[in-house]
Amino acid sequence: MWDLVLGDRRINSLRLVAPMWNGTRGIHRLGGAVVPEGNQKKERTILQFLTNHFYDVEALRGYLLQREMSKVHMKNRSFTWLEEQHGPYSAGAFFILKQGGAVKFRDKEWIRPDKYGHFSPEFWNFREVPIEAVDASDCEINYEGLDNLLLLKELQSLSLQRCPHVDDWCLSRLYPLADSLQELSLAGCPHVSERGLACLHHLQNLRRLDISDLPAVSNPGLTQILVEEMLPNCKVVGVDWAEGLKLGPEEQPQDTASPVLA
Amino acid sequence: VAHAGRTVGRLGEGDWDGKVSEIKKKIKSILPGTSCDLLPDTSHLPPEHSDVVIVGGGVLGLSVAYWLKKLESRRGGIRVLVVEQDYTYSQASTGLSVGGICQQFSLPENIQLSLFSASFLRNINEYLAVTSAPPLDLRFNPSGYLLLASEKDAAAMESNVKVQKQEGAKVCLMSPDQLRNKFPWINTEGVALASYGMENEGWFDPWCLLQGLRQKVESMGVFFCQGEVTRFVSSSQRMLTTDDEMVILKRIHEVHVKMDHSLEYQPVECAIVINAAGAWSAQIAALAGIGKGPPGTLQGTKLPVEPRKRYVYVWHCPQGPGLETPLVADTSGAYFRREGLGSNYLGGRSPTEEEEPDPANLEVDHDFFQEKVWPHLALRVPAFETLKVQTAWAGYYDYNTFDQNGVVGPHPLVVNMYFATGFSGHGLQQAPGVGRAVAEMILEGSFQTIDLSPFLFNRFYLGEKTQENNIM
Repeated sequence: MWDLVLGDRRINSLRLVAPMWNGTRGIHRLGGAVVPEGNQKKERTILQFLTNHFYDVEALRGYLLQREMSKVHMKNRSFTWLEEQHGPYSAGAFFILKQGGAVKFRDKEWIRPDKYGHFSPEFWNFREVPIEAVDASDCEINYEGLDNLLLLKELQSLSLQRCPHVDDWCLSRLYPLADSLQELSLAGCPHVSERGLACLHHLQNLRRLDISDLPAVSNPGLTQILVEEMLPNCKVVGVDWAEGLKLGPEEQPQDTASPVLA
Repeated sequence: VAHAGRTVGRLGEGDWDGKVSEIKKKIKSILPGTSCDLLPDTSHLPPEHSDVVIVGGGVLGLSVAYWLKKLESRRGGIRVLVVEQDYTYSQASTGLSVGGICQQFSLPENIQLSLFSASFLRNINEYLAVTSAPPLDLRFNPSGYLLLASEKDAAAMESNVKVQKQEGAKVCLMSPDQLRNKFPWINTEGVALASYGMENEGWFDPWCLLQGLRQKVESMGVFFCQGEVTRFVSSSQRMLTTDDEMVILKRIHEVHVKMDHSLEYQPVECAIVINAAGAWSAQIAALAGIGKGPPGTLQGTKLPVEPRKRYVYVWHCPQGPGLETPLVADTSGAYFRREGLGSNYLGGRSPTEEEEPDPANLEVDHDFFQEKVWPHLALRVPAFETLKVQTAWAGYYDYNTFDQNGVVGPHPLVVNMYFATGFSGHGLQQAPGVGRAVAEMILEGSFQTIDLSPFLFNRFYLGEKTQENNIM
């Protein structure tokens, strides 16, 4: 297809697109609207103009978007073979560690990948040791990836802070962990709304729920009240609605590195 | 001439325009006949040729258009035209729908269609991604459906749930005790069993799906036209069956699309016509000659889809059920669900055959709520004894009077008319799956992923009902 394009026009379009690409990666994230500011906005309108006028720019953008999506899919593939070979806990731990999260086996220390993404292979020996806590903050985990997470039947603490692909559909999948899950944190997830929070009522053993800083929730104060009514035994951390009129959620200091087990 | 233009242009631009109009007038006066006027503006008319004409631009029609363009083997290979008679969609069932999706059916095909639609909606930003548009927000509430059954329906519900679990739906059965435990606001009197959908069930915004499909389908190159289909021009061919009976097979060659508020029409030459006209499908089928024959024969079998009016009421109840409320369908047929954060609920009830309202218009009967819906709601949820109706609307079901299930696939005699209609209230939730099935039928010749052979037109003639037991 590229051969059909006149040499000049193709080189021009690619030249204009390439440097802009690094600056405006936000467009192609599934994570939703990135607020354009100044320079970004100008680049966005130029990109928009080119997309509307040149088929190859549009096709290129479409191809890059598809590639981003398939990267996320690749990260979230099911490790069924690993599960058969090494048991559900090791497979789940491998999945989380590969994504960049941290796991804590019962009576062991937190296992975390270092800044190069390497992690110690000691967890392959922990076949029978259940996983107690998972910290999947900033991981690109999505609906399919939860397959690997739901293998961990004795999970007590789960942190999904700032995960860009966790949305309401994912929350509806968490009910198998209802027996063991005591702590859940969804702070900062851009796609979680009050509709997804409604299906957390299955998690009756939940003792601590963090729903602060959810931009997709339309009315944080009212949502907090309704969630507190829905889960009477749980401490819901988020907006402090009792403090009178507040336009946005308070900034709660979150210690995400090692969530406290109730 | 170019030189002359340049030399004249140097003298002054205004002179040149005046000279041109003078020359034109001279030529007009010299030559005989009418002046050479511009071609008439036909931008509002549909194209003269189109491979596929889809009658009806609701969610089913757009879904078929989307899958035709997605599954075509060569980019730009199929030319699709969608004809919609009302661009405001004021009476279309899609926009007026409650927007629910559930897998709790008794037919395995229905369950598979709903499961596929759930995965389509979940990945809607991959399927319907348009490069310049922001991602779609379907506002999906994954709260599930709760179906209640009395003593006499309990056995049927158990077997249905078994089928649903086999097909992969995540549904669980609950006893009245478990119900009271989980949802303390329910009055379990008269309830023997309940089935609760845990995943992939809930409700969403149908407008968003419609807009998303519309913009994606436009970006894929589908033509849209606002107009009414008034005539099909077809040719027929006589053939003999193996028993030496004469059969007349028809092929539609042209579709006459009439514009709004005028007598102007455009004949569109086409190869395939898809009837996705919802509540008005029977009229379109009658235009093609379906049902014109002695009753009891295949020629005389009409399309048994007619519009049925259904009411939806929105009320406010401050002490009502909380955030976790699923869409509850009562033993009496009344249903309700939460709407938003502010203690608003919406619901209704399917009327019995005697109570059927007149489908001539979409006016709401408020007495129906007072007498036929509220008592059942108040019995099931005591908190609903005090409520205040805020608003109400009515919409059409494209009701299949034969067996309340959809009609999909080609007509046996009018060989190039395909149906995608008659879903009697669950068209929205099955639209993605049905669209794909019809596209596969057209492009490959048979159903590839989900086998919808029980939904073919033949069953009306043969009298074989594919009955669906769980209808709301």
